[in-house]
Amino acid sequence: MREITYEQIVNAVRECVRACGRLTPSCKKALEDCLAKESGSAARFALSMLIENADTAEREDLAVCQDTGMAVFYVQLGQEVHVTGGLLTDAIDEGVRIGYAECGWRASVLDPLTRVNTKDNTPAIVHIDLVAGDGLTLDFLPKGFGSENMSRLFMLTPSAGMQGVEDSIVEAVRLAGANPCPPVIVGVGIGGTAEKAMETAKRQLLRPVGEPSADAELAALEKRCLERINALGIGAQGFGGDTTALAVHCGKFPTHIASLPVAVNIQCNAMRLGHAEL
Amino acid sequence: MNDKQGFKHITLPISAEAAATLTAGDYVMLNGAMYTARDAAHKRMAGCLAADEPLPVDLSGETVYYVGPCFDKNGNPKGAGPTTSGRMDAYAPALYDAGVRATVGKGDRSPAVYDAIKRNGALYLCAIGGAGALYAKAMVSVHTAAYGDLGTEAIRRMEVRDFPVIVGIDQHGNSIFAK
Repeated sequence: MREITYEQIVNAVRECVRACGRLTPSCKKALEDCLAKESGSAARFALSMLIENADTAEREDLAVCQDTGMAVFYVQLGQEVHVTGGLLTDAIDEGVRIGYAECGWRASVLDPLTRVNTKDNTPAIVHIDLVAGDGLTLDFLPKGFGSENMSRLFMLTPSAGMQGVEDSIVEAVRLAGANPCPPVIVGVGIGGTAEKAMETAKRQLLRPVGEPSADAELAALEKRCLERINALGIGAQGFGGDTTALAVHCGKFPTHIASLPVAVNIQCNAMRLGHAEL
Repeated sequence: MNDKQGFKHITLPISAEAAATLTAGDYVMLNGAMYTARDAAHKRMAGCLAADEPLPVDLSGETVYYVGPCFDKNGNPKGAGPTTSGRMDAYAPALYDAGVRATVGKGDRSPAVYDAIKRNGALYLCAIGGAGALYAKAMVSVHTAAYGDLGTEAIRRMEVRDFPVIVGIDQHGNSIFAK
């Protein structure tokens, strides 16, 4: 067994959450490519500002977006690891508590009914996968809720088939309109149970923006959906334009004979990711 | 943020005369002071209006910015871009009727908000969602004006310099949004 301490995890999380001040390189590149071919004047204005904003945030240690999200963590925990000194999930919350405060990121988390803010952006949302080996990796996805509010779950019947899947994805983006801060990245989860479909959808957002699925059929679906979404004309910020989505990322998981779940989880233009390996 | 776009320079609070000069799609640079308010503050203000009580700050002729900014421990702004306006649609008509001249946010508005804007000769201005760092830099000063217990959702008086927006809905109900 390899021991990893509570403090090591807290410090790794503190480092991860600094990522709220950096747009991912693939997202920045996608925005630049999008600006190069955009014909709409207001959309060009918006895209230019977003690119300048990313440079400014990184240079001046500011938040890319003031919505620094709920802190979502994907943990790959080696089975040979023994976490000492406390619980793994407590260590992640402690890292979020300290890290968000020291960076000046926003405390956006509250009780859903009383609406009383926890004031430190905890708890984090933590997904843990047990894997082989003696390592521990963390992927941090700060998820803003202008886009999260536009999530949709379609519990299709098997008769809907591939066409139904494709239509559902496009419909989710159409219904979201200007709200999720387009140009967006569209995470899609096909199959599983209701919650597995949505978890799969969100996990696709960890991919570099525009990297196609390794599965040829899914990669073709991503391409068809992206073309149809960009034909909607919503454009950057909903101002009308050629690019409504920078990418569509699809994943799948086996499902039940009675169902064809399709979950859509939309990411705004402010794609931020942190990563740590212990 | 360059001036090649041909920005109109507008002083906050926006006069009725200045509001009348603006058309959907115009690029505007705002200078002056406005008030921040988002979900929780709107809910409380709606309660005031429903109970025929005064608002905690006089918003007559003022501009309301839908934002939940964040600050470092020394109070320096770290991010201050717009939030989704649609969530305030339930409250916005009553606030426009109470004298709010303009709101600033992102995303399209409901038909009832379009009607309220037309009825009051008001405006809806669009800031760029995702440009939180640039808007933080446009903030000159800020202080809590009401509902301080709401944290980032408090009402703040925020003075800005060269704060870029696009006119989303003008007083005739014309809109920049793709329909």
